[in-house]
Amino acid sequence: MSGVHAPPRAPQTVRPARPPRLWPTVRALLRKELLVELRTLESVPGMSLFAVATFVLFHFALNRSSVEGDLAAGILWVTLLFAAILGVNRLFVADAEQGGFDGFLLAPVDRSAMFVSKVLTLLAFLVVLELVAVPAFALLLLGSPLPPALPGLLATLALGDVGVAVIGTLVAAMAVRTRARDLLGPLLALPLFVPIVIGGARATSPLLVAVHPGTPAIRWLLTLGLYDLLFGLIAYALFDFLLED
Amino acid sequence: MAALEVEGLARHYGEREALADVSLSLDAGQTLVVFGANGAGKTTLLRVLASLLRPHAGSVRVLGSSLPGEAWAVRARVGLLGHEPLLYRELTARENLRFYARLYGVEDERVHELLESVAMHARANEPLRTLSRGMVQRVAVARAVLHDPELLLLDEPNANLDPAAIELVVPLLGAGPGPNGLRTRVICSHDPIRGLAEADVVLGLRAGRPALLRAGAEVDPDEIAELYR
Repeated sequence: MSGVHAPPRAPQTVRPARPPRLWPTVRALLRKELLVELRTLESVPGMSLFAVATFVLFHFALNRSSVEGDLAAGILWVTLLFAAILGVNRLFVADAEQGGFDGFLLAPVDRSAMFVSKVLTLLAFLVVLELVAVPAFALLLLGSPLPPALPGLLATLALGDVGVAVIGTLVAAMAVRTRARDLLGPLLALPLFVPIVIGGARATSPLLVAVHPGTPAIRWLLTLGLYDLLFGLIAYALFDFLLED
Repeated sequence: MAALEVEGLARHYGEREALADVSLSLDAGQTLVVFGANGAGKTTLLRVLASLLRPHAGSVRVLGSSLPGEAWAVRARVGLLGHEPLLYRELTARENLRFYARLYGVEDERVHELLESVAMHARANEPLRTLSRGMVQRVAVARAVLHDPELLLLDEPNANLDPAAIELVVPLLGAGPGPNGLRTRVICSHDPIRGLAEADVVLGLRAGRPALLRAGAEVDPDEIAELYR
């Protein structure tokens, strides 16, 4: 750059200066996240294939025409959580590898926007995963195209998804700047997912019986809801510190 | 008015000292050029001034605000062009700039202007991973000045740029008056001729410590060369 002479400035119609509020920033981040996933297809297809492949393995390994109750609920929740781990591990990779963290930290925005956008991104990934995985589970392991008591199952899955998304985002942010992030992410996440597996499987178990399926036990739904709330608050409070130097 | 006031700045990575005893002052509208061999601490200095790294000792005031405590107050007024373009490879140039425009509250019209200024409008809708490094650097320049910052932190801004591209970005990265006041610059460089031509003040770093701090007009290129021996 030769700067002895005062060069003409670029055309100016700028006017920044009013920092965006939380939700416009969340929208911008979320749009970016979904665009990157649509272009790379690095997370959702892998998560979905993993879940379907696992159900196929269970189908042949158990050698039964169908499963139900606790066993069915356990298979569903454990498979979904392991599939979710794949998404958690990729959640911050583009930001860490391509400088997005620094770009975001330089901007005059609320740091919580990144937390909220990542939780929403992971939630979207989980919803797509379940759109593929739940019918595959029903077909391969319940012996019917759709599980019984679908509304109750969807409500339970939704509560579980919120917990997985919140904890997954927190853990991914902690792990991504370490060299062993692929190992550290699951190691940190799995113990924190245990209450979700317990609550989710207990709530789902009565729904997955062929004859007279029941409703999800309210106390397990409440347990899931409280766990979501607790970790939502913890993650919201901690996330800014995880981004800082 | 001082745009930068640094007193006794130190920063280390684990046991390794990256910066120590750095003190300087720079008036608004001036250009500080930082020279030093690889690993001398130039990039660390820029990252501290950009509020991406915390100082471990000393005080840093940028545009009147103390770092890191008041970093929120200066973020909208600082632009950083570092070694990394801070752009997403899977997004197009236009999508990247629009993304940052939303973070800075800048209108889309500015994105269009800047893509034309760096002659990237014809390739603006192609993913960055398909562009050459020089083209990506041009987009990175546009990103750094998107919000017309009062303080520009430039780490070898001409890296990967051909002579024609350098001429394109000169108006964008220049010092002097702008719509948001006087623009102050800190430039890390390895080029004594270009660097000294731009410098109001020169800082030479050796192993993280200041080895030279003087007005640009008083510095001889041989003194710069000495920093690399």
